[in-house]
Amino acid sequence: MRRRRGLRERGAGDRMSAEQIEIQIIASLVAVTCAIPGVFLVLRRMAMMSDAISHAILLGIVLAFFAVGDISSPLLIIGAALSGVLTVSLVELLNRTKLVKEDASIGLVFPLLFSIGVILISKYAYNIHLDVHAVLLGEIAFAPFDRLVISGFDLGPKSMYVMGGILILNLVFILLFYKELKVATFDAGLAAALGFTPGLLHYGLMGIVSVTAVGAFDAVGSILVVALMIAPPAAAYLLTDRLPRMIILSALIGILSAICGFWAAILLDANIAGSMASVSGLIFLVVFLLAPERGLAAIARRKTRQKREFAGRMLAIHLLNHEGTPEEARESEVGHIEETLRWKEGFAKSVVGYSVKRGDVLVENGRLRLTEKGREFAGRSVVEEFIA
Amino acid sequence: MNREEAIKVEDLTVAYGEKPVLWDVDLTVPSGVLMAIIGPNGAGKTTLIKAVLNLVNTAAGRVLIYGEPYSKQRRIVGYVPQRGSVDWDFPTSVKDVVMMGRYGALGWIRRPGKKEADMALAALEKVGMSRFAERQISQLSGGQQQRVFLARALVQDAQVYLMDEPFQGVDATTERAIVTLLQELRAAGKTVVVVHHDLQTVPEYFDWTALLNVRLIASGPVSEVFTEENLRLTYGGRVSFLRHGERNGAPEDEKRTGERGF
Repeated sequence: MRRRRGLRERGAGDRMSAEQIEIQIIASLVAVTCAIPGVFLVLRRMAMMSDAISHAILLGIVLAFFAVGDISSPLLIIGAALSGVLTVSLVELLNRTKLVKEDASIGLVFPLLFSIGVILISKYAYNIHLDVHAVLLGEIAFAPFDRLVISGFDLGPKSMYVMGGILILNLVFILLFYKELKVATFDAGLAAALGFTPGLLHYGLMGIVSVTAVGAFDAVGSILVVALMIAPPAAAYLLTDRLPRMIILSALIGILSAICGFWAAILLDANIAGSMASVSGLIFLVVFLLAPERGLAAIARRKTRQKREFAGRMLAIHLLNHEGTPEEARESEVGHIEETLRWKEGFAKSVVGYSVKRGDVLVENGRLRLTEKGREFAGRSVVEEFIA
Repeated sequence: MNREEAIKVEDLTVAYGEKPVLWDVDLTVPSGVLMAIIGPNGAGKTTLIKAVLNLVNTAAGRVLIYGEPYSKQRRIVGYVPQRGSVDWDFPTSVKDVVMMGRYGALGWIRRPGKKEADMALAALEKVGMSRFAERQISQLSGGQQQRVFLARALVQDAQVYLMDEPFQGVDATTERAIVTLLQELRAAGKTVVVVHHDLQTVPEYFDWTALLNVRLIASGPVSEVFTEENLRLTYGGRVSFLRHGERNGAPEDEKRTGERGF
């Protein structure tokens, strides 16, 4: 707490402090590292698996800690990765009995492993840094104070190297097995028939997710790992229809969330990890609403347009049907269109306006009349309907 | 090893839990035939194809492809799964999906390059879809999706093709195009096995057939085994309306198979 305030005071000056820059670098590394496996989790409809893994790894960390007695040992990462894979296997085992559905299996397995981890900490590791609060939320603000010093040289924060290493691991995994992951995600049957063992790839990916979660959880905690794994890829999915672009966009959105989140935390004097996750959620919300083709607004606009186009066609057919009949005068009266076609007044007005603008319909002495173009359009529409 | 036997299924039993889906099936598919697997829903047609591809666990029996187990013959087997089995909203292009057919030949890690892209474009040309190469796959109609899957199987450049309902939900034009393509494959000496639903078109499209209903009822040349008796054994009581339909189409169908010399 004291240290975070300290950060803010220094932030008030006109130069970013070294700590601030380092925190932003670490946060960006975390975000990109999470976004890469996140893309495949989202595409494989396994987003909840990230939640399960990020919790269950606690047990692996605790057990590995008991085994080696050192909180900063790299063996903790291996322990975490193993418990992540254990989670996935247990979920699959339960699922395969067909007595429990997949989402319920996830909901049964990870709380069990997580709670064993929590009990072990509270019982045997109460006095060390491994407390539950830090596990859930992490504290990236402290990251710059744990430094890598080799023979007297300060090489920067340790977690920068840890995250950088995991990022490289993820990049290598994705670059090597990009084609295999793609085909196994799109068409698992074909992948298996071609000999790419989708099961092995699945566990590989889950291993990567586990390692990423354990690396990131020191910085942002186990809950926010989920936000950084899922929100940026989910937003990127709405923005592009190519997988490589989706991966790059996810990484960029992750970085944006990290940096904006950091400054939001400074401004609000709030938890940095929480701010980062909130910003990633906000970015998703904006994309969800405003994405050019797949956003809610674009879909609503498209629907309205289709509805109006269809209504314009109905209006033209209606006018054509009554052309030259005794009721023509009544049926084509401007004020009566909404009544005869049972349209709401505002909608009828907008349809008439649309048809006039298109040049299908003219307004003469308070009556609607088809133009030559409108007559042809209506005739063609009738024929099309008839064929369909 | 008999070179003439493209696929040999021996005593194959597949069960999901207690329920047998395929029950002691013995089936030989000679090299170079265009074969329809027909049978009612739940007869195990898809399971049979998946068993050949080693995608399901078998309770008993084995499958040989040109005398060897599938694991040794992957490269010469092309697979067209049911269209509905994949996520068509996946962020990728038509060309990319077709290139997946080359992944088997590339093996692990190696990436597809210009050669694979050219093969994909040539296959798309063949199925009349080259205009759609760069299109996002979610924008395709059902028939177009099916053509893309077919193109993907074509680039596999296989000896044996296994196709699960390639005519499902396609329009008449696409169906004709697909049939022509399948017959070209047979003419090129390939063996093509198709899960098929429309009994009316069996004699017109195929020269070989297997009638399946958990057990294998019959298999052989269409002119010999596609009989009322076998259909009744396969479909049980439901065959009555089929017989009615068959009578209408029979003379022409017989003439056609006759012309092919069966």
